[in-house]
Amino acid sequence: MSHKEFKILSPTAILGYGFPVSSFMRGINQQPDVIAVDAGSVDPGPFYLGHGKSFTDRTGVKRDLQYILKEAIPRGIPVIIGSAGGSGAEPHLQWCRQIVEELAAEENLIFKMGLIAADIQKDLICQAIGAGKVHPLMGIDPLTEQTVAGSSHIVAQMGIEPFIEAIRQNCQVILAGRAYDPAPFAALPVSRGYSPALALHLGKILECAAIAAEPGSGADCVLGILKDDCFILQALSDERRFTRESVAAHSLYEKSDPYCLPGPGGSLDLGRVVFEDIGSGQVRVSGTEFIPANPYTVKLEGARCCGYRTITLAGVRDPIMIQNIDAILTEVRRRTDQLLEKQQISGRLTTHIYGKNGVMGPLEPVRTSSAHEIGILIEAVSDTQPQADTICSIMRSTLLHYGYPGRIATAGNLAFPFSPSDIQTAPVYEFSIYHLMEIKPDDILKLFPVRTVQVQGARL
Amino acid sequence: MKKSILEVAKVIRSKNCSPFELTLDIIFRDQKDYAAVKNDNQINAKRIADLYNVPLSQIHKVIYFDPACAVKICMARPVPSGSPGDSDVYGAQQHAPLLALSIDV
Repeated sequence: MSHKEFKILSPTAILGYGFPVSSFMRGINQQPDVIAVDAGSVDPGPFYLGHGKSFTDRTGVKRDLQYILKEAIPRGIPVIIGSAGGSGAEPHLQWCRQIVEELAAEENLIFKMGLIAADIQKDLICQAIGAGKVHPLMGIDPLTEQTVAGSSHIVAQMGIEPFIEAIRQNCQVILAGRAYDPAPFAALPVSRGYSPALALHLGKILECAAIAAEPGSGADCVLGILKDDCFILQALSDERRFTRESVAAHSLYEKSDPYCLPGPGGSLDLGRVVFEDIGSGQVRVSGTEFIPANPYTVKLEGARCCGYRTITLAGVRDPIMIQNIDAILTEVRRRTDQLLEKQQISGRLTTHIYGKNGVMGPLEPVRTSSAHEIGILIEAVSDTQPQADTICSIMRSTLLHYGYPGRIATAGNLAFPFSPSDIQTAPVYEFSIYHLMEIKPDDILKLFPVRTVQVQGARL
Repeated sequence: MKKSILEVAKVIRSKNCSPFELTLDIIFRDQKDYAAVKNDNQINAKRIADLYNVPLSQIHKVIYFDPACAVKICMARPVPSGSPGDSDVYGAQQHAPLLALSIDV
């Protein structure tokens, strides 16, 4: 079956990162068949998933959505957003939905909206564990019911199927929770018969917007043109172009294997992919294959609270102290531990020393630093905030006053930029779940149900 | 002829490929330099393990990717991203030891 071209407009790498209006309008004027955006990532760490907050700024997200919805709705162009709110759990999805509904009221936009949750029920996961259907990814232990119970939010990355169902139900705007990155881009063309391999591969590149162009940018728009046997990438700004090298290099970005990209339902095989420059800053890509997986698996992500944190940031300028910092910190730690034990307070103390090994920690190969100043970040984590406060304050005051051998600057060892010196950070989370769960393809829509709402525009 | 990696690479970077794994990429400017490195397996797990002073078992993969003239290394993060004790949530600043590499072209 042969198709005409299918055009996908990708405005930005993460909803909220922004884009130039000129690039966006250039894309709109090409009459795209869909506008799709990836709104989330696990890159920023476990806090956002664990605590139910967005890592993207509300003003930025609303600004991006305003342009997108104002142009798309009157033109009848579907808008598909995956991993809404940054982490794609229920609070994140609701947060994004509120912004969309606010905009619809302000701009008097009327449309049918699909909402697809990605939260997975804990008892379902426990059942799957019992049946031997949950498998750890690299670097994490096998999943236990205890870990599931202790996790605050658990989502699974949905593939294209729930989006296709929402399209079937005539949703013009689709907001989905956690989704496989290319799924919002690939769903509509696949539902119309285009090659899943090419659509998903195109989606993998488009979800990063102009990052795969030269010079790369996560805040600029690009157009993907899908054909029967290839796809074409087109930058939408005069200062950027796609090249064979820039697109091929993008296959490396943030991935463990550039040849094989696993996802729900199967993997993309890039072993026979051909990248070609076709002039005008456009690149043609062909040869991607899709290898279906049996069983069908989805990636589970979850985070759990592992304590409360208090920090102190301080600088040291005394060269004698800097030269002896390791021995000094060892002795200060010993005294701190002693005092804490007396008070029966326990927790985890870490000192990050910027100017020495603050960035690389145990991996730092440079052993002797000649920095004339260092920054010390004391990090105390404990089961309760008051305990974290106490641990941090004892370490901080001990370090401030410790009379180390050879000291000549006897008035105070630390330069604090702030009063108060000790700062409570938000609760601390860690990734508790990063596993594959086998599911039956027949259960996909039960796992990721589509709800629809009619958005009514301005209230009269 | 021995050359510093800085003379032959246009990109040397690190990033998380998952909350538990770090990926390092070296993209060569010239296909000939890349081919010389690949043919002799000059960038290999042992060399990286020595550079980072970690056990060989922490280096999970070394992959040569011809379409981009690049070599990719995957290794364990010392601490999962964002867990207490972490020093680099995104893993984007762990590439410095690679700058000391020299290769024969």
